[in-house]
Amino acid sequence: MSTQTTTVIFYLFAALTVCSAAFVVLTRNVIYSAFSLLFTFFGVAALYVFLSADFLAVTQVVVYVGGILVLLLFGVMFTNSIMNPGQKTEVSNTLAGSLLFLGVTGGVLYSFFASPGWMSTGKTLQGSIVGPVGFETMSRYVLPFEMVSILLLAALIGAAFLARFDKKGNS
Amino acid sequence: MSTTALTQFSIPLLMGNSLNAWSEALVGFNLLGLPLGLVILAAIPLVFIALYSLTYGVYGERKISAFMQDRLGPMEVGKWGLLQTIADILKLIQKEDILPTSADRFLFVIGPGILFVGSFMAYAVLPFSPAFIGASLNVGLYYAIGIVAIEVVGILAAGWGSNNKWSLYGAVRSVAQIVSYEIPASLALLCGAMMAGTLDMQQINLLQSGSYGFAHFYLFHSPIAWLPFLIYFIASLAEVNRAPFDIPEAESELVAGYFTEYSGMKFAVIFLAEYGSMFMVSSIISVVFLGGWNSPLPNLGSFALNTWTNGPVWGAFWLIMKGFFFIFVQMWLRWTLPRLRVDQLMYLCWKVLTPFAFVSFVLTAIWEIYVP
Repeated sequence: MSTQTTTVIFYLFAALTVCSAAFVVLTRNVIYSAFSLLFTFFGVAALYVFLSADFLAVTQVVVYVGGILVLLLFGVMFTNSIMNPGQKTEVSNTLAGSLLFLGVTGGVLYSFFASPGWMSTGKTLQGSIVGPVGFETMSRYVLPFEMVSILLLAALIGAAFLARFDKKGNS
Repeated sequence: MSTTALTQFSIPLLMGNSLNAWSEALVGFNLLGLPLGLVILAAIPLVFIALYSLTYGVYGERKISAFMQDRLGPMEVGKWGLLQTIADILKLIQKEDILPTSADRFLFVIGPGILFVGSFMAYAVLPFSPAFIGASLNVGLYYAIGIVAIEVVGILAAGWGSNNKWSLYGAVRSVAQIVSYEIPASLALLCGAMMAGTLDMQQINLLQSGSYGFAHFYLFHSPIAWLPFLIYFIASLAEVNRAPFDIPEAESELVAGYFTEYSGMKFAVIFLAEYGSMFMVSSIISVVFLGGWNSPLPNLGSFALNTWTNGPVWGAFWLIMKGFFFIFVQMWLRWTLPRLRVDQLMYLCWKVLTPFAFVSFVLTAIWEIYVP
């Protein structure tokens, strides 16, 4: 694939990500913003592919689209006032909000332009990334990995505890 | 077209020995500086889905179901009803594109689109033949089972956007079913990935080739390999909403599930997406457990059946035939078994398939480590 094609595809995905993310925030209809997240997650996955992190890209789709987004959509569908979009919260801290926005945007832009460029390692990626990811997970990063497993297990048990029927006389 | 592009294209057609020769030649094909080859590469599976679902999917299913019920099926249009499908398409194209008044316009329109894109994207990693694969990814198998997630969002968009209770029920049932059955399906495929030691679809195929034909397939690799094979087949039926797991579109209770409100071309797109994912799961099971594009015929002495029936064109033939065989089994089950209830569906997934998938996972791991 030529460099030009890759660049065009990259900018298409970047535009998709940014526009859909903006739509998530700006739309008044909560269900639209949930569905728009699909395109954001998908665009981010595509950007991972451009960084040669294909395993991470697929994981992004599996975890965020298959898990979190579906959960979010179910949550949104349970929302009471979903049928009358266009509601506004009474709290709107215009001054503090814009100050925060300007500060964060300025900081990100400053660090982007002030940094001397991307760091590059001597080694280039070769072959499949799946093997090294699995090896590192089970050797160097085994403690964080197990901690996350225990956290998820605790969440699972908690969910099962909350969801089960109450026994009689135990109310 | 430059001369280099022509030579690049013609040499692999003659030789056809190296892996992915055709698709790589196609990627290098540029017309007036535009990457036309990439577009053609993506269009080939699309044309395949359309052709197969119109011939085998529609006409074949009607005939097979008719014969199973001792009927004749379509007989009026053309000889043996062969032109029935064309008449159906003409009807479908002419139909008015109805948009229900109270439907959510945006979601109603993009729902079928997302659904089809999700189903079609998996074809990127489908190795049609030793010389052709859309994208030879390192994580091909993982991608193929992960991309189903996009389909789920499409189903929810279609069901919610229709603003119809049947549609929403169908969508929610379908999503619950796909999300649950993904777990045993992925665990079963993980057993296949462990046997291969790679997630690359072409490599998985390549590792199953040999002169004894079917004896090299992963279904016969270890004494417990039939268990993940069976689990994946059952779970894949649920993932594509086929009977006996077709409660999302149970006609007797939900009209037609999440596509109740759709008509005309939008219905056709949903229909193509369903047939697309039917072939996709069938070909995933063929690739992981039945050798994909490898010929099942063994070499018998000087009668080298395996060597004769392997190659790029034969590979495409075998993969498509294996896929069609599993689609035939799906149709067969559809007209044989009754539909499961929702609680039976969840019982089967969480209390039967998932524990057995874990058992087969552990046994396969032990086999891979201790048996040379």
